[in-house]
Amino acid sequence: MGQKIERDYQRFRKIVRGKVKSSLSKYITRGEMIGKKGNDLVSIPLPQIEIPQFRYGRKGTGGVGQGEGQPGQALTPPQEGDGAKAGDQPGGHILEVELTLQELAEILGEELALPRITPKGRKNIVTTRERYTGIRQAGPESLRHFKRTFKRALRRQIASGTYSPEEPVVIPIREDKQYRSWKEVPLPQSVACIMYMMDVSGSMTDEQKEIVRIEAFWIDTWIKAHYKGVERVYIIHDAVAQEVDEHTFYHTRESGGTKISSAYDLCDKIIQKRYPPDDWNIYAFHFSDGDNWGDDIPTCLEILQERLLPKLNLFGYGQVESPYGSGEFLDYIKDLTDGRENLVVSRIPDREHILQSIKEFLKTGR
Amino acid sequence: MSLAHTPYDTTLPPDLRALQKEIEGYAREFGLDFFETIFEVLDADDLNEVAAYGGFPTRYPHWSFGMAYEELKKSYDYGLSKIYEMVINNDPCYAYLMRCNHVVDQKLVMAHVYGHCDFFKNNQFFAHTNRKMMDEMANHGNRIRRYAEKYGEDEIERFLDICLSIDDLIDVHSVAIKRRDEVSRYDFSVEKEEDEPRATRFKSKSYMDEYLNPPELLKAEEEERRRLKEQLSKNFPERPEKDVLLFLIEHAPLKGWQRDVLSIVRDEAYYFAPQAMTKIMNEGWASYWHSTIMTTKALHPSEVVDYCDHHCGTMAPYRGRINPYKLGIELFRDIEYRWNTGRFGKEYEECDDLEAKRTWDKKLGLGRQKIFEVRRIHNDITFIDTFLTPEFCQEQNYFSYVFNEQGQNYVIESRDFQKIKERLLFGLTNFGKPWIYVVDGNYRNRGELLLRHEYNGIELKLDRAKDVLANIQYIWSRPVHLQTVVENKPTLLTYDGTEHSSKALGDSDDPRKHSAAKVR
Repeated sequence: MGQKIERDYQRFRKIVRGKVKSSLSKYITRGEMIGKKGNDLVSIPLPQIEIPQFRYGRKGTGGVGQGEGQPGQALTPPQEGDGAKAGDQPGGHILEVELTLQELAEILGEELALPRITPKGRKNIVTTRERYTGIRQAGPESLRHFKRTFKRALRRQIASGTYSPEEPVVIPIREDKQYRSWKEVPLPQSVACIMYMMDVSGSMTDEQKEIVRIEAFWIDTWIKAHYKGVERVYIIHDAVAQEVDEHTFYHTRESGGTKISSAYDLCDKIIQKRYPPDDWNIYAFHFSDGDNWGDDIPTCLEILQERLLPKLNLFGYGQVESPYGSGEFLDYIKDLTDGRENLVVSRIPDREHILQSIKEFLKTGR
Repeated sequence: MSLAHTPYDTTLPPDLRALQKEIEGYAREFGLDFFETIFEVLDADDLNEVAAYGGFPTRYPHWSFGMAYEELKKSYDYGLSKIYEMVINNDPCYAYLMRCNHVVDQKLVMAHVYGHCDFFKNNQFFAHTNRKMMDEMANHGNRIRRYAEKYGEDEIERFLDICLSIDDLIDVHSVAIKRRDEVSRYDFSVEKEEDEPRATRFKSKSYMDEYLNPPELLKAEEEERRRLKEQLSKNFPERPEKDVLLFLIEHAPLKGWQRDVLSIVRDEAYYFAPQAMTKIMNEGWASYWHSTIMTTKALHPSEVVDYCDHHCGTMAPYRGRINPYKLGIELFRDIEYRWNTGRFGKEYEECDDLEAKRTWDKKLGLGRQKIFEVRRIHNDITFIDTFLTPEFCQEQNYFSYVFNEQGQNYVIESRDFQKIKERLLFGLTNFGKPWIYVVDGNYRNRGELLLRHEYNGIELKLDRAKDVLANIQYIWSRPVHLQTVVENKPTLLTYDGTEHSSKALGDSDDPRKHSAAKVR
């Protein structure tokens, strides 16, 4: 991509994502392109900004088209509200196919330039799978590509003058034949476990939980793309920690003090009981506003250093900004990062820093 | 040669250079007349970039080009479409080829490009375009970049957004018509010299004077002239001004850089306008020539299938709207056929004998000559208006459609020739956009701006109209009003800088409603 268009393109993306304050935000439409994937029509999202101009309303307007049909017959399906112009979409039903999570992960990886995770140890059995992606000259008849073969045969016959439009018989010879070919893609069989820990003490607001939720979703997506099976564990804590389900994780509000060590301790116990590190790739992320009970800090660091880190692929500590807390925990845990590849610390002051933080967490490729 | 100011390596490889020479030769043999044409080869990404900038890699920075780029890139990446050809109206003409295209595609594109180049050079609606636009655009880009450095990118972007919101409020025919004197009417030194208006007196002997020049008539005439003169001097602008941009540039209280940015946007709008005015003809003409050159000269037998595939892909009729390539090429061919066989004029039209009409052939052979003439003097509107025939519409299976309020969808309206032609012309007239005039730059004697929407049966999209009004208000800085029709009632929309208001207009207090300006 050229540098010039890159600037304009990034600017456009920023406006669309609401990253720059702009009076244009109300003109953003969630457009789409209709693409084809196999035999399905799929929708490719295409956000657009329409600069307002004087335009005719739809009442009384029309146009000219070409093809079959009787007066009175509908060109477009009935619809609600204002918006679409005639003829922008083909008729019939379109399957709304969202991006698969796999594709989403690829886009994320591309956007943030993330390295692929390389699972460690002998616990990773990698199998391969064939994917038909190319064309070649030789192969079994069962894999013959009919359309390409026909086209080549037709081209050859026309060129050599043996094709007659009156008797349009096309006979492929050996050189015309084209076959599908495949390449082998590795398919990881290894399994991973992601442990999410969150501080739910009084100082964590809904906005901060939302940040955690968004961040956790993307981490999930990325890690899942690299493993066959991913299990998740959710732990909430204030002064004591407990394991909960996903819904409770995001919707609990406790009050009271904060003892981070309780969560780390519980995390370690769960790993020992259910996820032996020899069989599992284990990821742990802890989100907090960084406010901890003073005397607890040495205990936390000790559990982390001695018991947790040796078992984990990665430990991520994300600190969300809180209007209340001191945020001092970040500084303590930061001191541990030297010389440890599997410990990452990130500060997430607001929503706009989520992407940056995800990048920090996942750039290690572990 | 390559574009000196772009970072791309665009030199034409030797095989394509040989191809260009061959195709250019054919084009000249057929009588096409074009500026020197420079082909450049680009990779898909670069071609998408150039296309996003409307063909000008050096254009000013703005997010809207980034948006265009995303669309082009996504639709290329997903295999939905790709750009075959991109050609710039300039002397020399620049044309871009996609590096990865097959040879047969490159041939087709070159032949097509020479059609466009001939059209740019010879069609009268391009006569007033700047043929050094490549340089001009680079110049515009530099000016805007300089302003951005000096006044801040956000400031420039905000103002550009506003300018682009009104960049269609121009008067495309003004380039060829002298609508007003060069000297401003509002130059008071000129006006002072004028005499008091006097009625015309006929020469007479004194005893006849009372009869030849009846005093009461003289008085009435003098009154009338004074009134006219007063009205003229009161009207500002003198006549309703369709070039709203020009009016704002000349009379809005803008800063120097703002005036310059608005002028840049206006210049580019005028440069691109003829391409929008001749889209059907231009694509039709280029397609006619690529088809003619390929099928009679350039095509190798082994390339026939691929050529047909791509040609048909471009010419495929769309159901919900007109494919300009298809309509253009078919209509040019129809004209050629009619003038070859003499199927035109009084004798043919008045012939009642169906059989005679069906086999009509005067063997005139004037077809080629006629289409060259047509490409010189017509634009899409006159092209359709003059040459669309009922037989042609029937053959092409055209229908008109209309918005159906009940179902909130579009339904087929009719296959009647008149209706089809009407809908086609409506969509082309003023680019299918509403007509907006400045009628008063000193409205209510308070320096407010009064615009008028020339109502022709179709109302404005109200929410967008209000937003545009707010943008014009930003430029004008005093309250701005728009006369239009809302739900069948004449209405005055107002934006005073803080809030929108609208009030119904009685017929009586709206004297301009029935005044001159024409509607097609």
